[in-house]
Amino acid sequence: MSHRLKPSQYAILASVMLTASVGDTLLSHGMSQVGPVDLHHLGMLFHALANPYIIAGIVLLIGFFASYMTALSWADLTFVMPATAFGYVVVALLSRFWLHEHLSVYRWAGILLIVCAVGFVAGGPSRTDHEPQHHELDVMDLGAGR
Amino acid sequence: MHTDHLLRTWSCILGVAALAITGEVLIAAAMRRLGDLDHLRTGSGLRGYLGPVRAVLSSPLFLGGAFCMALNFFALLFTLSVVDLSLAAPATASLTYVGNAVAAKMFLKENVDRRRWLAVLFVCVGVVLLAK
Repeated sequence: MSHRLKPSQYAILASVMLTASVGDTLLSHGMSQVGPVDLHHLGMLFHALANPYIIAGIVLLIGFFASYMTALSWADLTFVMPATAFGYVVVALLSRFWLHEHLSVYRWAGILLIVCAVGFVAGGPSRTDHEPQHHELDVMDLGAGR
Repeated sequence: MHTDHLLRTWSCILGVAALAITGEVLIAAAMRRLGDLDHLRTGSGLRGYLGPVRAVLSSPLFLGGAFCMALNFFALLFTLSVVDLSLAAPATASLTYVGNAVAAKMFLKENVDRRRWLAVLFVCVGVVLLAK
């Protein structure tokens, strides 16, 4: 399996990162307008579906779902998961500067560590299939390619 | 009062993560079985995407995974109304990631090598720091 990704595959990974984080932030902003939901008033969750921020968040998360599944069709789950970790940085910046939540030094350090984790995985292969069991088939394929 | 709040925060986060892990492993298994979606395209242009969409929607593994993800979505909406986004989003996502690494090795038979386990460790420490 080739280690190198096509530019379109990088675009899919970038879309996975951005749509998830911006979508989550829109949802959070929408939910802060809807107000707290408790277990006895779960109907409020359907009321939340009328909020424009919630709708925009849902649209972005559908986009996330499509690009995420496309990525999974050619890469390992354990490869795609950390590729999305750059989204944490986006979430942190959005919640700090747009939602005005306070981020402590510890949270910043945690985010930094998670981003470092991406580096370990991104350098490896995107798909780790097991060694082909039918070696003779590969040889036949090679012959057919000539 | 304070312990109540902590318990509620973390049970929300754990619930969201558990649903996400089940959903994502089912969906990853479905996509792995289908293979590269580009190869399923039935022609050029938008209509060419009908093939992949039909293949995905008729996979029972995908439908099971999508159901879990739908539950996960509503659980996340609920969680975001009681927990700060800057804690809830990274904490659920990182816990999901750790669980996924274990589940991917056990169920999807992925080769989770040393660098991927190291990444899992970093994410674990990251989550502890995020909760401070």
